[in-house]
Amino acid sequence: MFHTKLMLEYGTKIVGGATPGKGGAQVEGVPVFDTVKEAVSGTGANASIIFVPAPFARDATLEAISNGLNPIVVITEGIPIRDAIDIMAQAKERDCVIIGPNTPGIIAPSGCKLGIMPSHVFKEGEVGLASRSGTLTYEIAASLSRAGLGQSTCLGLGGDPIVGLSFVDILEMFRKDPQTKSVALVGEIGGNAEELAAQYIIDAKYPKPVVAYIAGRSAPPGKRMGHAGAIIMGRSGTAESKIDALKNAGVRMALKPGEIATLLAKK
Amino acid sequence: MRGLKIFEYEAKRIASQYGLHVPLGYLASSPQEARDIAQKLACPVVVKAQVLVAGRGIAGGIKLADTPDKAEKAAFTILGSKIKGEKVSKLLVEKRLDIARELYVGLVVDRSAKCYTLLASQVGGVDIEEVSQRTPEKIIKRPIEAGRAVEVFQARELAQSLGYKGTQVVELGAFIKELCSAANEYDSELAESNPLVETKDGEFVAADLRMIVDDNALFRHKLLLEETRDVEYELPPLEVKAREKGLAYVELDGDVGIVGNGAGLVMATLDMIQDYGGRAANFCDVGGGAGAQRIADALEVVLGNPKVMVLFLNIMGGITRCDDVAKGLLEVREKMGLTKPTVIRLVGTNEEEGRKILQEAGIPSLETMEDAAAKAVELAKGAK
Repeated sequence: MFHTKLMLEYGTKIVGGATPGKGGAQVEGVPVFDTVKEAVSGTGANASIIFVPAPFARDATLEAISNGLNPIVVITEGIPIRDAIDIMAQAKERDCVIIGPNTPGIIAPSGCKLGIMPSHVFKEGEVGLASRSGTLTYEIAASLSRAGLGQSTCLGLGGDPIVGLSFVDILEMFRKDPQTKSVALVGEIGGNAEELAAQYIIDAKYPKPVVAYIAGRSAPPGKRMGHAGAIIMGRSGTAESKIDALKNAGVRMALKPGEIATLLAKK
Repeated sequence: MRGLKIFEYEAKRIASQYGLHVPLGYLASSPQEARDIAQKLACPVVVKAQVLVAGRGIAGGIKLADTPDKAEKAAFTILGSKIKGEKVSKLLVEKRLDIARELYVGLVVDRSAKCYTLLASQVGGVDIEEVSQRTPEKIIKRPIEAGRAVEVFQARELAQSLGYKGTQVVELGAFIKELCSAANEYDSELAESNPLVETKDGEFVAADLRMIVDDNALFRHKLLLEETRDVEYELPPLEVKAREKGLAYVELDGDVGIVGNGAGLVMATLDMIQDYGGRAANFCDVGGGAGAQRIADALEVVLGNPKVMVLFLNIMGGITRCDDVAKGLLEVREKMGLTKPTVIRLVGTNEEEGRKILQEAGIPSLETMEDAAAKAVELAKGAK
């Protein structure tokens, strides 16, 4: 598999693959198993990345959760809401971290990638980057790297309405991470994840500088803008609401993607 | 991609299959038909525009008619008109209800709680968002455990919380339970009755019913897709074409045509065009790993919009290869010609090859999003 090769090259320890019916095969030197159970006992794997098509993703993710893999990155786009809700409930019960779905994954530029993002735009450093986007994240990471502002960890939360890790979750993790000295959030219209993040920043008296960019200021209400979760419903989920909430929490707001680097450089 | 909105008459048809009471009514596509229906019903009626936008009442899409004559006149006014931008081609003509009370009941997705939530209120027949903002205490919320259906007893408890007693607890409970069943089986992101009417006879009737089916679940609702095929014809033709090609496309009203890879990137591009004083003609995301054919399809769709004066292609290639993008663009030029000024921003995987291919074809490409957006806006202004 194309991405398996890229992740291995980056330094990720991919030790096995699970594809029902394909057990016994080898991909990029990595053994394939019929079940996750067999893969885990055969390789000692403890995390997972899932590329299974939407109609079967619920089953695959529940299988991974049930076999103790943690975290689990779900790359798949198009998972029904009902299935995602089931996945998140199971994950919660097992204290399992889900990244995504509909995410490019997670990357630590020090040499580990569980995802599909282009490695070359990332550089090791101290900025924690969490985004609801894919390519927009690369755009911003690239401009950060160009400005000499490397990243500690960068991850995509996913473009769907129901996702695992939220901005609040990742802010808390970044807070505790000694390598992360500042945080950049990339949000968009739809839902209230950014508003909740703003409240958390206030309540936690967040000790590290946070900057943010919100996409979709020009989006019309009622229309889904690509991502399943990017839709303004009635009066909820507007870019204005998110920008206001974050500003109110002391977060400096970028008006264009390139400005994230400029704001962080200023401190 | 869109959330499949269902017309009121379709939602009511589904609801009836679950035993939910809906007003007696029929579809009309002409003033004469409306008149005939009113005559057949032999009572005062409500004439309702069948549109997918919310808030049609205030926008003149709902009219009361005491006589068949008045029903015909009301139909004449509404049919063919636009309600909040959507053209009306069908009407639902229903028997008017004898209203004792108007309630709200709805099943929605709570994104932050990551579960479905049942909402109910004694304040029905008004904008539920307003109620939520002004008097939130008037909305009862019951989060539903993942993977579990709403039990009948839970529905009865909710009916009781709405102030009902005796047999009405049973009937309203049954209504709520069946609404949830329908919503669940149709993978609804939203299923609400507003107002849910308690008639003077004590019956519960869904005066209005709104359902939005999760687009991502359509693969397991083939029958629904076929049944609601006519919904597609209400969409702008380019949106239908884009859908067929697997592209995320939303038509807007400006003159800068946009194509990009990644929904967030495209939204950011639209915002930037606006900030620089221009207006985007559309949103169009080719998704990840788009090959030359995909790019060509996207460009064709976008250029199919006569309002487009300038084309702006914004590519930040990860899995998407810049040389593939360049080839796609040249394909379109060969097939239909690039009659509109084109601004291309091309960076990422294989960017050197991509830029070279374009250069040899006499097409300049830019490196930053800002430069490209500014150029696109400038060209659009010049084209006026």
